[in-house]
Amino acid sequence: MLDKNGIAKRIAQELRDGYYVNLGIGIPTLVANFIPAGVNVMLQSENGMLGMGPFPFEGEEDPDLINAGKQTITEIPGTAYFDSALSFGMIRAGKVDLTILGAMEVSEDGDIANWKIPGKMVKGMGGAMDLVAAAKNIIVAMQHVNKAGESKLLPKCSLPLTGVRCVKKVVTELGMFDIVPGKGFVLLERAPGVSVEQIKNATAGKLVVEGDIPEMSI
Amino acid sequence: MNKVVADAAEAVKDINDGAVIMLGGFGLCGIPENSISALIKKGVKNLTCISNNAGVDDFGIGLMLQTRQVKKMISSYVGENAEFERQLLSGELEVDLIPQGTLATRCMAAKYGMPAVWVRAGFGTEIQNGKEAREFVFQGEKNNYLLEEAFSADYSIVKAWKGDKFGNLIFRKTARNFNDPMAGAAKITIAEVEELVEPGELDPNQIHIPGIFVQRIFQGKSYEKRIEQRTTRKRA
Repeated sequence: MLDKNGIAKRIAQELRDGYYVNLGIGIPTLVANFIPAGVNVMLQSENGMLGMGPFPFEGEEDPDLINAGKQTITEIPGTAYFDSALSFGMIRAGKVDLTILGAMEVSEDGDIANWKIPGKMVKGMGGAMDLVAAAKNIIVAMQHVNKAGESKLLPKCSLPLTGVRCVKKVVTELGMFDIVPGKGFVLLERAPGVSVEQIKNATAGKLVVEGDIPEMSI
Repeated sequence: MNKVVADAAEAVKDINDGAVIMLGGFGLCGIPENSISALIKKGVKNLTCISNNAGVDDFGIGLMLQTRQVKKMISSYVGENAEFERQLLSGELEVDLIPQGTLATRCMAAKYGMPAVWVRAGFGTEIQNGKEAREFVFQGEKNNYLLEEAFSADYSIVKAWKGDKFGNLIFRKTARNFNDPMAGAAKITIAEVEELVEPGELDPNQIHIPGIFVQRIFQGKSYEKRIEQRTTRKRA
C-alpha cells in the first residue's frame, strides 16, 4: 500500500522532459519533490506564474510571490509572471501538458467531483473546473476509499461534479488505473503488497483486469 | 491626463451604497489594502464585490464582512474565513461561486469591450444551470461551451507596484493576478500603488496597464502585505 508520498512518487514517473505541469493542492504538490533525474518540467501556478521554485529559506519569504495554494514560494531562472486571465488562457488553449489534482470521487466514465459537499461548507471550485475542462491529460491523486471505508472510484459520482469525462488516470494507495469511457477503471499496476482481490473489493465502479497485473516499482 | 487623487478616501468618495465593485488580488496577495480601509471608514453598504477570494477574518475583504458592508460576493474560492461561513449559512450574504478562469475572463471581456465569451469550464456541472450551451468545432475538436457574460461593474479597485500620474501601471511577481484583467474592466478604475512616479520615469516597454484604463491613482501607505501561508525550507 502507498502512503501520500508513494502516490506522488508514482505519479512523478509519468512526467516527461519538457512538460508544462499544473499541480493541485495536497498530494499533487508533493509530486514536485520526486521529479526524476534528467526530466525537466516547468511548473505552472494558475494565479499567474510559470517556473515555480521550492519554498523560500526562512526570512526570504516574499508576500508578492505565492502559489495557487497561497503558500510562499520562489522563482527559478527563466520564470515568467503573468495575469490570471492569461494564465487560464494558456490552460484553456491546451498549452499545459499535464494537470495533477486531487478528488473526492471519480467515476468509471472519467467524471470528477472535488469542490462541494452539499450541506457542509462550500469553499468554492477555484481553478479546478477550468483545469479539468481544458487539460488533455489529467491524473487524479486520491485515496481509494473514504474514512467510512466506502469506495471513491464509483459507477457515477454522487457529489456535485467538477467536470465530465475528463480524468484519464487515477493513482491511489492501492494502484494505478486508466479510465477508458465505456470500459471503466483499467487496472495498470498494483501498489506494493496489494492484491488484485483487495483492489476489486475497494472499487465500486467497473474494474477491468486484463492479464497479469504488475506490481509498481517506486 | 493627471489622474492623481490625494488618498484612498478621496479615491472612493463617490462609491455609494449598492455599488458593484471589482477588487484585485489573489488570496491576500496584491489586494488594495488602502482602498479597503477607506471603504470601511466610509461605511458604504450593500456592496456587490467581485473578487477571487474574500480575504481572511481580520484582513482584506474579510474586514468588510465583519462590518456587514457586503451584500453579495462573486468569487471562485472563499475558504479561510469563519465570518464568511457564518453569514453565508445564516443567509445574510449572497454568494455566487464561479470557476477562477471564468471569473478572470469575465473581467477581461468587460475590459476588452466584449459582452460575453464561450468557455468549457462548468459544462455538465451545476454551473451550467440557466446558461446557454453550444457545441463548437474549434481547432479541429468538437466540444461543448457555455456562454458567460462579461461583468458590468461600477468600480474596479486594483493595486499595483508602480504607477505614474497618467495611470500607467506595473505589477510585481504574482501580485499581478486579478489586478491586471480588472484594471479597466469597470466604469471607473481606481489604482493604488506602492510608488507613484512622474510620467517618463517608468520604462514604456514594461508597462502592464496603459493609463487609458485608469481614472484615479494614488500612492498607498503602510502596506502590511500579510502572508496567508508562510511556507519555508531549512537552510542546508
